[in-house]
Parts: sequence; C-alpha cells; structure tokens
Amino acid sequence: MSGVAVPSVPRLGHAGRISQRRVALSEWTKLRSVRSTRWSLLAATALTIGFPILFSAILSARWGHLDPAERADHSAHPLEVSLAGVNVSQLAIAVLGVLVITAEYSTGMIRASLTAVPRRLPVLWAKTGVYAVVTFALMLPSVVIGYFASQAILDRHHIMQIPFSHPGVPRAVIGSAGYLVLVGIFALAIGAIVRNTAGGIAAFSAIFFVIPPLLNLLPSSWNDAISPYLPDSAGRSMFMLTHGSHSLAPWPGFALFVGYCALALALAAVLLRRRDA
Amino acid sequence: MIEARALTKDYGDKRAVDELTFTVRPGIVTGFLGPNGAGKSTTMRLILGLDSPTSGDVTVNGSHYRDFPAPLHEVGAILEARSVHGGRSAYNHLLALAQTHGIGRRRVRELIDLVGLEDVAGKRAGKFSLGMGQRLGIATALLGDPSTLLLDEPVNGLDPEGIQWIRNLLLALAAEGRTVFVSSHLMSEMAVTADHLIVIGRGRLIADASVDEVVRRASGRLVRVRSPQADQLRALVAGPEVTVTSLQRELLEIAGVTADAIGELAAEHGIVLHELTPLQASLEEAFMELTRDELEFHHAEPAPREVEEVAA
Repeated sequence: MSGVAVPSVPRLGHAGRISQRRVALSEWTKLRSVRSTRWSLLAATALTIGFPILFSAILSARWGHLDPAERADHSAHPLEVSLAGVNVSQLAIAVLGVLVITAEYSTGMIRASLTAVPRRLPVLWAKTGVYAVVTFALMLPSVVIGYFASQAILDRHHIMQIPFSHPGVPRAVIGSAGYLVLVGIFALAIGAIVRNTAGGIAAFSAIFFVIPPLLNLLPSSWNDAISPYLPDSAGRSMFMLTHGSHSLAPWPGFALFVGYCALALALAAVLLRRRDA
Repeated sequence: MIEARALTKDYGDKRAVDELTFTVRPGIVTGFLGPNGAGKSTTMRLILGLDSPTSGDVTVNGSHYRDFPAPLHEVGAILEARSVHGGRSAYNHLLALAQTHGIGRRRVRELIDLVGLEDVAGKRAGKFSLGMGQRLGIATALLGDPSTLLLDEPVNGLDPEGIQWIRNLLLALAAEGRTVFVSSHLMSEMAVTADHLIVIGRGRLIADASVDEVVRRASGRLVRVRSPQADQLRALVAGPEVTVTSLQRELLEIAGVTADAIGELAAEHGIVLHELTPLQASLEEAFMELTRDELEFHHAEPAPREVEEVAA
C-alpha cells in the first residue's frame, strides 16, 4: 500500500502512577522552560535589589538640601527605603503568577495538562507550590541584598541607619520576601479563577492598586475601619516596622493575608474541578 | 475499548452531543466520522474528562478516564485544537507531560526520534508548521505506550507522505491489539484506514457499522436504467422523493426508488428495459447520503436545535 515505513512504537516497560511529587517536577519543568519566567523573575530580582540602592543613593546625595521636617520624616521610616523594591517587584511577581496558569488556557496547553492529570487538583497545588518555592528562593536573597546594600550607602552618610539587630528588622526583611511569595500565590489563584491573562492582571491590579487609594474618598472613619483588612495592607503589615492604630500588627496581618490566599485558592480549586476545560 | 452510553452534552441551550451510544473495540481502526460541527471533538473531550457530560456516561476499558491512576498508559490523545505552549520547546513539552507519570528522558527522546522531530526538538513549538505540530501530537499521544488511542483529525495539515505515515502507524497500532479511534470529516481518509465506522451528524448517531456495510447500505439507492422509452419511465417514477438524472438519451440515473420498484413499474406499463442496475456507492457518496437526511431535516424545520461547532 505504501513505501513509507513505520518504525514500531517502542514499548514502555513499567507503568508509573501520577503522584503529587511527580506533578510538581512537571510543573517545575514547565516553569523553567518558558521565557516569560526568566524575564519576570529577572525583573523582580533587579527591582528588589536596585530600588533600595537607587533611592538610598539619591537620598544620600540630596540629604544636605532637604529641610529638617523632611529629614525627620524619612528618618522616622528608615526601613522603607531599604525595602522599597518590594513595592515595584510585586507587580512582576503578580504578573508571572497570573501567567503561570492563564498561559495554559491561552495556548491550549491546559488540555494536555489535564489529560495527563485528569484529577486536576494536583496541577493547581503543584503550580502553587513550585511558584512559591521559586519566588521565595529568589526574593529572600534579593530583599536581604537590597537591605544591606542600601544600609551600606546610608551608613557612609550616617543617615537613616537601622541595623539588622534592631528589633523587628529581621522579621520585616524576611516578611517582605514572604509578602512577595503570598502576592504570587494570590495572583496565581486569581489567574486560575479568571482563566484569562488580561482579566487576571486587571483583577489583581484592581484589588491591590485601585481599590486601596479609592477608599481614601470615603469618610476617614470608614476608610480606617476597612483599609487594614484589605489583602494589600494586611500583607504589607508583614514588613512594616511601626504600626499605627489603623494597621494590623505583623502576625495578624500575615495570618489575614494567608487567609485571603487560601480563600482564593479554594475557590480556584472548586472551579477547576467543576468547569469544562 | 471505549463505551458511550446515551452520552449527551449541552452547551447552554445548544446540544452538541445527543444520546450517543457506541462501542469502540480493540484491534481495529474505528473511524469517527461526521461533518464539521457534528460533535466529534466534543465527544473526544467527554471521553477524556475535559468536559463533563450533561447526562449519560462514557468509559475507557470500563473506567472513567478521571479514575485512572496512570491515564497516559491507558489513553493517548491528539486533540484537534493545539494543546501546546508555543514558547516551550517540543522536548520540554513532552518532558513535562512525561514527568507527571515518572516517565524518563530516554523515552521522550525515543518518541522524538520516532516521529522525526529530532532536528527541531529544541526549538519553540510555536514556530512549528502544522505538520510538525501533528507529529508532536503523535509523540505526546504515544508517550505512555497507551492501549487506547484517541486522535482528532490527525492528518490535518500533513503532507501526503505524512498522511501515509499516520495511516500505517494507525494500522500498526491496531494490529498490536490497541483500540484506535480516529475522527475525520473526510470519508476518503477513513476509506483507506478504518475497518469500522461511527458516523454522527448534529450530535446524533447516524451509523455504527463496518465500512463495507455503510457502503452497502447507501448503495442501491441510486439505480441506473437504460430504456428506449426513457422519457415515459421518467414521467412514471416522478415524485417528491425522486430525482432523475438523464445521462444520455436512453440512460437515466434514478435516486429515491429501488430497482425492484422501477422494474415492477416498467412491467406494469409495458416499458422495455435494457438495463436495471443498483449502483455501488463510493464511501464518499455513502457519507453524503447518510448525512443528507440530517441536513434536510434541519433545513425543513425552522431551527429545532442549532448546533454550532463548539470552539475548543
């Protein structure tokens, strides 16, 4: 019938079963083998380290020109400059978190993934776990380097010094890396719920960047009652050194942010099981 | 072995698959045939548990796909719509899927060689031609050495050599005792590959029979008649269900009346027949014949149930 020879399909000896560990390895392969991962994580690392250095250098250079009130204001929040990168890199972490899941939907890869793992939930847990470990492994050294580099610059000018041994500093520095990990998890869960890259990033931005300033338009008693409990400010309390009456203490804030992430993941899990892929 | 029982899927108020009951047996190639939008891809997704049926049930080797501890060893699938991240290399795509089952790198390379993608395995899959994409799909399907293969339009976009290669591969896989279920909207494709056919139209089962039987069933509906009184005969058989084509002055092809009825009609009116032959339909004609009813039914009634092709 034809001259096209078909080599016989090589047989596969053993039959391995799906396990959570194997799915995690698969998700690690997926994460490391696309460009968006490299660019986003490179950006997050550069921003986390670069911004504290940049801001410290600017403040050091301009310190002599600042009026006393402004100096006092900066000196009252010495750690904020050293952890300034977190505010920027959270966007890169969030975008990649959304993409980790929505790119599967936009490319159709999700059909292959869910055909390989038809129970589906191991895929969500593996994506979340792998992304959390990767962001923590990169962001912890980044915030530590950013902190020490910025303090080294400020030290030379004897301004805004706050040593690592200062109470609350280790917690805040490590907490800022923890905050970034949770931001990534929250964004991934939103991506899994929305299943669309633009929609996922828009939803994340609304919750983290649009709603908080909008609440300033409310009467301040309302704003003060609501704002501390938003995911964004609950999470930020993890790396704040001082807490006003209108912000949560670090551990309650951390617990609340973890709660938001768990809620978003639970909703994502229910929808992943129920919906047609 | 794939068994569907009264399998039904609605998308909103549109019924894509309508009470399908069929069995796909191992050891042969079973063609899954129907016009575009007939519900073939939806049925495939239901088998793989990607979509949940509205009612009814479908199992593979007696189990629901979702319940397999090692699904890639049971079923290998190529879905019609691409299911590959274009930014990932073919090698990493296969590796990621293999790793879910603890399948090693050696197996991944074996399959890349088998489908002839060794030169481009490191390139981003988004740059692949349609044919290379189909080869990657085949490699994905065979990764777990599955006993059942589910292939949605696997020859789409392949060059003639590639088509030939797939045909031979499917026949070889079936000969090894595997269940091979291949969808196509081209009857001619199935004619050379499939032993058995499941034909659907608008989500409903139209035929579940061997290729020979499908041809036989459609055959005989077209009858060639040669008569010196062709015009007279033509007037006699005329009716709403009957179409008569005049090929030559004394030669007619009549559809919608059996050869027996034409013979009796001719005898009754003393018309001389020189030839009365039920024609053997080609598989393509059989397919048209089978699906024609569905389409006519649809056009006759004001949209009872519009089924569109469901975007994957």
